[in-house]
Amino acid sequence: MTEHHLRSPLSDEDVKKLVAGDVVFLSGPIFTARDKAHALIRQAGSPVSLQGAALYHCGPIIQNERVLSAGPTTSGRMARYTEEILKLGVKAIIGKGGLPGEPFRNRAVYLAYPGGCGAAAAQQLSVLRVHLQELGMAESLWEFEARELGPMIVAVDAHGRDLYQEVRGSVQRQEPD
Amino acid sequence: MREKTVEATVRALQRAETSLPDWVLQRIEEAMARESNPVARHHLQFMLENVSIAKSKGLPLCQDTGLTIFHVQMGRDLSLDFSLFEAIAQGVRIATKEVPLRPNAVHPQTRKNSGDNTGPGMPDVILDYVDGKGLQLTAFPKGAGSENMSLVGMLNPADDPFDFILESVAKRAANACPPLFLGIGLGGSFDLAARLAKRALLNMPGSSEEELQLLERINRLGIGPMGLGGDTTALGIKIEKAFCHTASLPVAINFQCWANRSATEVIQ
Repeated sequence: MTEHHLRSPLSDEDVKKLVAGDVVFLSGPIFTARDKAHALIRQAGSPVSLQGAALYHCGPIIQNERVLSAGPTTSGRMARYTEEILKLGVKAIIGKGGLPGEPFRNRAVYLAYPGGCGAAAAQQLSVLRVHLQELGMAESLWEFEARELGPMIVAVDAHGRDLYQEVRGSVQRQEPD
Repeated sequence: MREKTVEATVRALQRAETSLPDWVLQRIEEAMARESNPVARHHLQFMLENVSIAKSKGLPLCQDTGLTIFHVQMGRDLSLDFSLFEAIAQGVRIATKEVPLRPNAVHPQTRKNSGDNTGPGMPDVILDYVDGKGLQLTAFPKGAGSENMSLVGMLNPADDPFDFILESVAKRAANACPPLFLGIGLGGSFDLAARLAKRALLNMPGSSEEELQLLERINRLGIGPMGLGGDTTALGIKIEKAFCHTASLPVAINFQCWANRSATEVIQ
């Protein structure tokens, strides 16, 4: 479990050095997006540049511009958008539960933030700006400044490894029926 | 009495959203002591840290403050001259502003958000008449990550319900924020099985031989915290049963995440 302290926007070199199972702490700007923001980006494009960006699957609680709770949401619901999101230049998708690994090969990573840990995440985030505010608090595209956001586990790396898949594989071997 | 019910609803939600019951914390700590996988220990440790940050700062421990589900046990001596549903709904609206809660309740088709966590059919109030006096109200906010993985299977009576449970957990656990609490409804009808499974979660803890055996089989799967591997896939299982038709075997599994939130208030 090598520990990395990275700053966004991320480069190809940043992505390349991350290996499944490593621990990442990320600082710099990050963007939240969940179901509705993804659908809107597909329709109308992204309201912000996502070149080198870390995209966080998260629907936070914000009060008076202050982040109160902001853990990850289930990434699987956004799986249908992975290819086009990565095409926009996103280098890291942050979430929980994982995404199919193939689209990440040679270009991006999936980072798992511990699910349910919204209060802890809020201590590491502050609001820079908000986009697509008409979608409501949970669905807006929030631009946060992250301070050592983590610990996150590299669950899918750019070299073809996918920890979720590895765990599922060992579950199947164990229960042959 | 109405005013007291509104206030108790706000207090129960406030406490449920910002802390975990002691027995839940204890299960996480015990799992941590047994866990051999370093990534899994990392997660369990961080979960405990998150709970203590939430409690000390009064913040919702998870940003998914859930659908508002309540279990009300009403003494037989009581007769209410007000709508219990409306009083609890009012408490939910106040708590949404005060805790605060994330507005989660939307119309199922238009997806329009009411903004206050209430709407037709929401909050969900499960009401029991019990021997005794007064009113006991439990807030059980339920996040979507785990609820989305829940299911009802109408099995063939010749099938083994525990095989079905094991297969379903193996497929679905990673998205439900494990380590899990599992409410199992065994028997009844299609909808009764689902309600039994929810009641099993409401009624936890308590572990029969049968429940402990199933728990052990699930933990042997090795799915681990957040699906990234480890010895700790589930922290508790409760099975509630009802008689079913001789031709049926309904089995419902209500998944609950590690953050098994609830808080109870008693109104005299």
